[in-house]
Amino acid sequence: MRLLTVRGEVLGKAAAAGAFVLAVALVPLALADYQAYEFALVGAYFVAVCGLNILTGYTGQISLGHGAFMALGGYTTAILATDHGIDPVWTIPIGGLVAGLAGFAFGIPALRLSGLYLALVTFGIAVAAPALARKLEGLTGGSTGKNVPLPKAHWGLRLSSNDWLYYQNWTVALVLLLAAWLLLRGRTGRAFRAVRDSEVAAVSFGVHLPTYKTLAFGVSAFYAGVAGSLFAITVAYVNPDSYPIKLSVYLVVGAVAAGLGSLWGLVFGAALIEYLPTKAADISSTAPDVIFGAVLIAVMLLLPSGAAGLLRRLWAFAARLYTRPRVQ
Amino acid sequence: MTVLLAAAWSEVAQQVVSGLATGSIYASLALGIVIIYRSTGVINFAQGEMATFSTFIAWWLIEDPNGPDWPYWAAFVVVLVISFAGGVLLERVLIRPVEQAPVLTIVMVTLGLAIALNGLIGWIWGAETRSFPGAFSTRPIHVGSVTFSIQDAGFIAVMLAAVLCLYLFFRFTKAGLGLRAAAAGGEASRLLGVRVGWMLALGWGIATMLGALSGMMTAPTAFLDPNMMQGVLLYAFAAAVLGGLDSPIGAVVGGLALGVLLNLLGTYVDFFGGQMRLVGGLLVILGVLLIRPQGLFGRVAVRRV
Repeated sequence: MRLLTVRGEVLGKAAAAGAFVLAVALVPLALADYQAYEFALVGAYFVAVCGLNILTGYTGQISLGHGAFMALGGYTTAILATDHGIDPVWTIPIGGLVAGLAGFAFGIPALRLSGLYLALVTFGIAVAAPALARKLEGLTGGSTGKNVPLPKAHWGLRLSSNDWLYYQNWTVALVLLLAAWLLLRGRTGRAFRAVRDSEVAAVSFGVHLPTYKTLAFGVSAFYAGVAGSLFAITVAYVNPDSYPIKLSVYLVVGAVAAGLGSLWGLVFGAALIEYLPTKAADISSTAPDVIFGAVLIAVMLLLPSGAAGLLRRLWAFAARLYTRPRVQ
Repeated sequence: MTVLLAAAWSEVAQQVVSGLATGSIYASLALGIVIIYRSTGVINFAQGEMATFSTFIAWWLIEDPNGPDWPYWAAFVVVLVISFAGGVLLERVLIRPVEQAPVLTIVMVTLGLAIALNGLIGWIWGAETRSFPGAFSTRPIHVGSVTFSIQDAGFIAVMLAAVLCLYLFFRFTKAGLGLRAAAAGGEASRLLGVRVGWMLALGWGIATMLGALSGMMTAPTAFLDPNMMQGVLLYAFAAAVLGGLDSPIGAVVGGLALGVLLNLLGTYVDFFGGQMRLVGGLLVILGVLLIRPQGLFGRVAVRRV
């Protein structure tokens, strides 16, 4: 009986994952062109929120600078594509690597003490990054920024450019989601969670704290860099205001709303970042910030497990309804 | 040659004096951060936005054409009182429910508070920049070859007065003793009859007041807008880290030192002029964490594993 329920759960999850991939593949058929563009942006945020969740949800560290790591990826893409004529698609992994290496470099001083210092340093990075982007004019194009060549469908696929963007972003997103799942389910994921739950206990079991914290931050920054590249290709330009500190905070809200320590609610968090600012701007131009802040506080106070936790509860509820007759 | 040296010397002295004045602003905000960190082990990311909110209330009282048109110092005192009450209220309503939760949770709540307040300020008062009256005249005073304004001297005096008041409060009042006890050991002081919960709220009230002070000193030179304190918050963090996150003396010394350092860097190193001052602040944080993570006056964290 026990075996059956476990197998039932695995099958249920596999079915849910399969349905999700299928939905991602089929959604553009039902979308208007500009909606495909919006969904493509959701895909970019999905990657960033996924990366932030690896760091915050699984390892218990806070980054307020993921917008800046996105900027690093975006600028890498823009510079390579515009100045060196490289196909934007191939700049995506490079953008990720550049941001990931920067993550390692900043993680080393920031992670010597408690996780609060990482929050401090990353806040500083997010505040200072636009100034740096303006200063390094030769590289970044200063205040005007840089254009990214308009995307075209590759490999003979007959897709509109927005549909192409959608498939490009979501293919990357699904691959990285799979990678995150593989990373988190094994030894590394266990070490991450041990660091989050009790650093002392983690050390006693032989987890080397600096290594795993820096690894988590580096991987997370890699995800942010990839997201930044996707974002830059999608909106077709980068400038110092493309990745403001607010974006970093929105990403945190997205990750928290999606549910820390679970990958099931990521779509919800990513969609929140894309749609809330445009929908709430009708009330007041700054209303989105008030709502984002209220969402963050409310989730922390009332539902710390976020959307994923809500899904899990619904699942458990449904499972109970289904199994009750058999128990009696 | 001597003339040249004399000129260079007076320029340096000039930058030092005005650096001390800006440093006073950083020191006030850093002091608020340190007081909250000491009592709860949490960094309050809403510190800057709370200060901006207080400053906007002051603007409404003094400058707003539709406001009550109060004289500066009356508004100053009232804003400090409102800020204190607001800080206590925020602690009771938002922080109290997560008091026992992991640090990560509390920091997230302060972050939510920061962005919500930022939006609220824009919602109430609009996003445009406004001019804010200074308490002190900007008339220059000449001492030897150094010229500084009354405002510079006033900022330093206000900050030192605040530090003196805090010292007297912590050293000679029962509430001050209770706050120190709560910071030193929550459980033990609770057993001895200290109302720890209220002490933490008191800490938030004081921190918010210090924030209001720094906001009202920032606004006359930087102009008032919803994002005014974003950069100042970064400098205050840098000041607190430089002085040692758990040391009030460190926050003051760190703030003043940072003000002078950034002014000198901005003047003599081309790279750090203008907006790049922010990068200077970030580099100070990174440098301190690499070389002396506990800061100048902080205690070395010892963890038993």
